[in-house]
Amino acid sequence: MQDLEELVERARAAIRDSVDLVSLDNVRVQLLGKKGELTQRLKSLGKLDPAERPAAGQAINAAKQALQEELDGQRESLTAAQLAAELSEGTLDVTLPGRGQVPGRLHPVTRTLQRIEAIFSAAGFTVHTGPQIEDEYHNFTALNIPEHHPARAMHDTFYFESGELLRTHTSPVQIRAMLEGGAPVRLIAPGRVYRCDSDQTHTPMFHQVEGLVVDRGVSFANLKSVLNQFIERFFEREARLRFRPSYFPFTEPSAEVDVLSESGKWLEILGCGMVHPNVLTNCGIDAEEFTGYAFGVGVERLAMLRYGVDDLRLFFDNDLEFLKQFG
Amino acid sequence: MKVSTNWLSEWLDTGLDATAIAEKLTGLGLEVDDVSPVAASLDDIVVGQVLTVEPHPNADRLSLCAVDVGNGEPLRIVCGAANVKAGGRYPTALVGARLPGGLKIKRSKIRGEQSHGMLCSSFELALAETAEGIMELDEGLRVGEPIVTALNLDDSVIDVDLTPNRADCFSMLGIARDLSAGLGQALTPAPVLPVLPAAEEILPVEMEDGADCPRFAGRVVRDLNPAAETPDWLRDRLQRAGVRPIHPIVDVTNYVMLELGQPMHAYDLDQLQGGISVRRARAGESLTTLDGESLELDASLLVIADASGPVGLAGIMGGEATGVSEASRHVYLESAFFSPSVVAGRARRFGLHTDASMRFERGVDPSGQVRALERATALIQEIAGGRVGPVSEAVHAEHLPKREPVTLRASRLESLLGTVVPMADVKDIFERLGMQVKAVGEGWAVTPPAARFDIEQEVDLIEEVARIHGYDEIPESPTLIPMALGRVSEDQVPLSRVAVTLVERGYTEAVTWSFGEPELDALFAGGESGLPLANPISSALGVMRQSLWPGLSEAARSNLARQQPRVRLFETGVRFVRQDNECKEQLVIAGIAAGNLAPEQWDWPAGASDVFDIKADLAALFALTGGEAEFSMTAAEHPALRPGRSAKVLRGDQVVGWLGEMHPELVQRLEFAAAPVLFELEATPVLAASLPDYAAVSRFPRVRRDLAAVVAEEVPAGELLAAVREAAGPLLRDLNLFDIYAGDKVENGSKSVALGLILQDTSRTLTDADVDAVMRDVIGRLGRDFDATIRE
Repeated sequence: MQDLEELVERARAAIRDSVDLVSLDNVRVQLLGKKGELTQRLKSLGKLDPAERPAAGQAINAAKQALQEELDGQRESLTAAQLAAELSEGTLDVTLPGRGQVPGRLHPVTRTLQRIEAIFSAAGFTVHTGPQIEDEYHNFTALNIPEHHPARAMHDTFYFESGELLRTHTSPVQIRAMLEGGAPVRLIAPGRVYRCDSDQTHTPMFHQVEGLVVDRGVSFANLKSVLNQFIERFFEREARLRFRPSYFPFTEPSAEVDVLSESGKWLEILGCGMVHPNVLTNCGIDAEEFTGYAFGVGVERLAMLRYGVDDLRLFFDNDLEFLKQFG
Repeated sequence: MKVSTNWLSEWLDTGLDATAIAEKLTGLGLEVDDVSPVAASLDDIVVGQVLTVEPHPNADRLSLCAVDVGNGEPLRIVCGAANVKAGGRYPTALVGARLPGGLKIKRSKIRGEQSHGMLCSSFELALAETAEGIMELDEGLRVGEPIVTALNLDDSVIDVDLTPNRADCFSMLGIARDLSAGLGQALTPAPVLPVLPAAEEILPVEMEDGADCPRFAGRVVRDLNPAAETPDWLRDRLQRAGVRPIHPIVDVTNYVMLELGQPMHAYDLDQLQGGISVRRARAGESLTTLDGESLELDASLLVIADASGPVGLAGIMGGEATGVSEASRHVYLESAFFSPSVVAGRARRFGLHTDASMRFERGVDPSGQVRALERATALIQEIAGGRVGPVSEAVHAEHLPKREPVTLRASRLESLLGTVVPMADVKDIFERLGMQVKAVGEGWAVTPPAARFDIEQEVDLIEEVARIHGYDEIPESPTLIPMALGRVSEDQVPLSRVAVTLVERGYTEAVTWSFGEPELDALFAGGESGLPLANPISSALGVMRQSLWPGLSEAARSNLARQQPRVRLFETGVRFVRQDNECKEQLVIAGIAAGNLAPEQWDWPAGASDVFDIKADLAALFALTGGEAEFSMTAAEHPALRPGRSAKVLRGDQVVGWLGEMHPELVQRLEFAAAPVLFELEATPVLAASLPDYAAVSRFPRVRRDLAAVVAEEVPAGELLAAVREAAGPLLRDLNLFDIYAGDKVENGSKSVALGLILQDTSRTLTDADVDAVMRDVIGRLGRDFDATIRE
């Protein structure tokens, strides 16, 4: 039995001295493998005197169990040490910048248009578009602006030799929609519009959204409500609006709407009114049965107020330093 | 229309200050652009009279003045002006006054002499832009009177931006009338009394067509005082209204126009030959106007003519030859009602927007001609004397605008406004506006005054009620409309997804002009010229764009010039393509990539974008449609793109766009350091989306086989891949081209194309035999079609 104890002592030392999992496994094979020393001893039990066998077997099994525990313990600590070593070697500087393509930006006009569309779509307005080269009929005549009407001079229109023109507002889209679909109708018409005018506060091209609701029993009080809601939703704050009587040939009564800025100034923000009965009649809609309201907002104007842009022309400069400020 | 509040107060004593009046006018729909006091605050500046002027003992250019300011001891004031004289009256700033420029007047010593005030120039009082010397005041002004009242400076000007429908407000009378209705206060106009004729003379007037000029009134005034001058008060009023004083007679006609809204014209009687006629111009006639323009006339224009021909463009401008001048002693005054339709558009045609044409084309009060003539005559007599002839008036009553009663239903008023205005208030509003009201059933019959051209329908009356009642008084109430759910179609990829995809791939959205420089636009279109604007804002924005590339290129170049190392821009918008005689609007998606592929970064290859980088971006767009397999690109030439590095984009057989490197000539012209890559896709065919159609997902393993085909260098990879796909058949799940090799290991003029084929069946595990069969087909096809050999 003495040599069993010796064997155990030796084995323990070998286990302790194993510096990695490979040498530890070699030790295990030497002891407990098919031809391992302890395995051999168990096999040679049969050669012993039957009276000694139980005690010898017990001793060998106890030694085996003890060594197995030693092996497991050492394996665990070696595994942990190896992981620790791996971890200490594979450290990345996670503060280095990421790699690859970086995204661009959406133009603030598009961003603003998308919000306006979302706000009105939620209330069942559909988005309509139309041509940018228009004829006099859709841009003026059908909108109750006959030839030689002084209101035509308000529009600074771009013309072509053919007599066609670049639309001065997106109102012709309303005309097309009503001629096609009649009443009731509930739409917004976003798009580019053109005026022959260029200075600090005017660009020859800009964006407009027109809204139109025609149905039975639609009133000026409804118009006030929808615009108040729109401005509150758009600016995400309580808004105070001022409706001032104004004149557009295609609406009556007409109003310009001012919003009270946070600094306490009235800022002109949109034009609106009740659709003129002549316009409804021009579109084949019974102006006795149906009434409606219409409004038009300048998209750049809204974007300027919302994002604090102080120069209209920036929207058309396409300067990346400007554009990248709009996420 | 510039409104002096002093002048206004003659008609309507509101008791309000200028700002409050402006606010009320705004609330009535008369938009106020600006309110400005006539003069800056001029407290403690009075009329002073210089009693004595002595030289300053220590300075050649200064004088010592004793100045009487109306309270006891004269002040001792040092003055540096050359025009100071004993006995003269000058604005005198007292100690404590603050001049508009900020200077505070204190007791001071100037070169050793005491000075207790300052004699001021008109510049120092902010009454003029510049001034020579101190301001010389009228002898008649009372010494000691505050300068503000002495010079009638206690006044403000309200600039009203009139909308075209409110012709009736183009005068003090009109503004006062609307304001009185808004405030509920009565007008107090001074009555216009007829001036009794002192002579018999009448200038004969012939009228060709009463429809053009339903009323024409005129009067001769002879023997005017040649030394007459326009009095200061009238001069001030004209100037405050933005009208330049010219000559006493012209000033009076302008004054009456501003006061009553009736444009008038004065002719030099000696220059008129015979009587006058009001008629259409004849072809070939011409007229030199008061401002020296020579106009060719035709029958669309109404003129005033004498025996020699046209002497004035009716309602727009008079002629130079017959205008009133310093030498005029006898005049003929005209006060007419020209039909708006014969004036409208004519002034615009000649670029002559005059005060008269603005009023006539919108409509002047057709009943006010004689009143204006009487008012003008009275003023002329007061200023320049003269012997007045009788008023002669030609009227074609049948052509005068009729003011018919318009019916307003109480129910319509309520339903359109969405509120109830009490019946009594409605009646009161109309009466305050000078309308005649009769109750009719559940409503009113309302006859507007002659001056109102904008009241023809029921809705016109509703507007009047709304604006006088006040828009603020109308409540808000939500629109009640039956609910309808939205339609969300899947047959077209929305542009918003395109935008998001391109943004994610590094493109920033640009918005460029829809019109561009004709030559550059044509260069991008292979010499085709775009649709020109008849009246462009500048030649650089002269034609409708045929492509978005010129605009995007300019935008890219200016960003590169601003030191951006990498510019990727896209735009979605319309291009204007001429086909036959039409101009089609095509919505396109276009982009440009210039400079580096990606921002500079660590451990990432730096380098310029090439066609293949952009092709991958387009593939990402095609993937949005679910029909990416329908898209292909083939080599083709485009005038804006470099031959050999450009491709047309096909969907099926249809050309839907272009991709390629910018043509070297354009690169040079636009001064790019390296060629940018461009793409432009027609949105409608490209974004047509197919509805996803589910196919069972296979649970069986995939098998990959690689092969390297050696083919001639010029064989397009696209064709090779298409042939492989076709030959491999339905088991092919995926096909990757993972390498292209040309070099020592293959024959000169050949290339090796390495392909990975991924095969899978949906119902079973593929056997080696299955896979071998597919590979045999593929290899066979490559051999037949491309003479390919397979590299081991």
